[in-house]
Amino acid sequence: MIGWNHPRIRGLIYQAVLISAVVALIAWLSHNTWVHLKERGIQSGFDFLWDSAGFDIGESLIAFDASQSYAVAFGVGLLNTLRVSCIGIVCATLWGAVLGWGRLSNNALARGLCYGYVEVFRNIPLLLQLFMWYVVLVDVMPASDHPLQLGHGILLSKEGLLLLWVGAEGVTFTPEFVALTWGLTVYSAAFMSEVIRAGIVSVAHGQAEAAHSLGLSRWQSMRWVILPQALRVIIPPLTNQYLSLIKNSSLAVAIGYPDLVSVSNTALNQTGRAVECILLVMAVYLSLSLFTAWCMNLYNQRMALKVR
Amino acid sequence: MTSRISSAMMTIALLALASTLFTPQKAWAGKTLEAIKQRDAISCGVNTGLAGFGAADSQGKWSGLDIDMCRALAAAVLGNADKVRYVPLSAPQRFTALQSGEVDILSRNTSFTLTRDASLGLHLTAVTYYDGQGFMVPASANIKSAKQLKGATVCVQSGTTTEKNLTDFSRANKLDIKPVVFEKFDAANAAYFSGRCKAYTTDASSLASIRAKEAKNPKDHVILPELISKEPLGPLVRRGDDDWAAIVKWTIYGLIEAEEYGVTASNLEKLKSDSTDPVVLRLLGKSDDTGKLLGLDRDWLARAIGAVGNYGEIFERNLGEKTPMGLKRGLNAQWNKGGLQYALPIR
Repeated sequence: MIGWNHPRIRGLIYQAVLISAVVALIAWLSHNTWVHLKERGIQSGFDFLWDSAGFDIGESLIAFDASQSYAVAFGVGLLNTLRVSCIGIVCATLWGAVLGWGRLSNNALARGLCYGYVEVFRNIPLLLQLFMWYVVLVDVMPASDHPLQLGHGILLSKEGLLLLWVGAEGVTFTPEFVALTWGLTVYSAAFMSEVIRAGIVSVAHGQAEAAHSLGLSRWQSMRWVILPQALRVIIPPLTNQYLSLIKNSSLAVAIGYPDLVSVSNTALNQTGRAVECILLVMAVYLSLSLFTAWCMNLYNQRMALKVR
Repeated sequence: MTSRISSAMMTIALLALASTLFTPQKAWAGKTLEAIKQRDAISCGVNTGLAGFGAADSQGKWSGLDIDMCRALAAAVLGNADKVRYVPLSAPQRFTALQSGEVDILSRNTSFTLTRDASLGLHLTAVTYYDGQGFMVPASANIKSAKQLKGATVCVQSGTTTEKNLTDFSRANKLDIKPVVFEKFDAANAAYFSGRCKAYTTDASSLASIRAKEAKNPKDHVILPELISKEPLGPLVRRGDDDWAAIVKWTIYGLIEAEEYGVTASNLEKLKSDSTDPVVLRLLGKSDDTGKLLGLDRDWLARAIGAVGNYGEIFERNLGEKTPMGLKRGLNAQWNKGGLQYALPIR
């Protein structure tokens, strides 16, 4: 017979008390907020989401016009956030891997350059970097009638980046999108390179020597011996970097890219539903981050040491 | 790291939430004036920097039409126009700051609209500037009318009525205008002047201010003739404190009526002793004690006029043709001189 005083039962009671206290606190806060907002004549609720938005959004992955609802406008903002985040994560990971590798290179110049890069870009606030890239794009670049030719069919001007070989008419990326994606990539890659370098260094030197003595080339030993072990160390902190990249994409609002925060700001001002809009944005970023973390955990489980 | 901007906004919202939660029911009804007296300063929400309306100079001294409204109130209520605490607010922050009690009055070139009056728990006082939304384009673009902006990118600052007006105008004229929306005024200005956008849109008075202060050469930019909206600007206060709302409203009307009857900062003392005009005597507290009805003393309006001058003096000093803004009185002339400024009578 387990008594009331049994440590397990006691533990359960404490937990139950804590959970009810937290739930009660949240309920009290929401109730109070609701009552007082009402009392002060501030209209509240999420019903505005179904009203016509009435404002245009500069760039959108789906067809959007101002007669559609605020909910759709939020969706457009979310897609814009996802677009920047996904492209940013892919580019930053690749660039970070190159930099991490560079820092382990036998070539002193490559090592030094990568070291300098990392120290410069990870130590300057991202907001300033974004402003800098944006100014470079819209201030320094030539007007659209005399674009800068970067390569076959790649044009850069104040109007943005134009890829002529995509589709029939080519595809244009706005300067806001280019500056944000570029800025996030350049900044995040500096952190990721350190994560990747740390992972590789964490694999005992004897492993590389053993691979070498088996006759594996440098590339083969990296691919088959070092990296599988390094990834176990790399993935968890890399997940953190992905999460911060997603959250940092909200700085878009500073350089005029219509991401979720930007759309929410406009909606907030037009409807005055400050608490609702901010809750919505927080919930979206939380879900995005949890989803990313969940995916990375699955990947991590696949890579983890199999103990049979 | 979360976005600095959105975290600032969240802080404001959470502040609002917190004060909403912890302020007891109706604690401030009729209490704003008392709080101001206790603090010995009016907390005034103003623009982060819009020359002519609300901007701080290199010494941190604030000036502008919106600033003078706060100064006039401080003179009327506290007897000293300098007893104002300025709280610079971005457009998306402003209403929350007022709702939460962070500021006593929002004097920040804010348009009066139905939505703002009916759903934000705010109270519109009196119009201090009749404005309308316009467009500015580079003179070299050779654009004469806003209807020529087909397919153009247009720079906008977020958190204003501007975005919606722009969309309405674009739809009505089938222009397919692409807005580029910036949270900060400075970023929107910089983007326009670097050539990112074909045009810049905001209230016409702000365009004049931006052109005067931010353009390398103001003559390189033209403000197009079309005004695409009505933007009556003026101070807002919280709902639920009618006494304070009345003080704000009647101080503004007092400044406007002072111009109508020729009372200025400089002739005030002389008129106090010499004038025989009953309206002037009432304005200056020499006959009826209007202050008593508002919970103030006899000289409230005389002090306000003495501190900042009448409405016409305020306009000319901050926005008029002798300032870099170079704005004509236009709609803001007195009602009997072809304008819309019509003060309800102080009596």
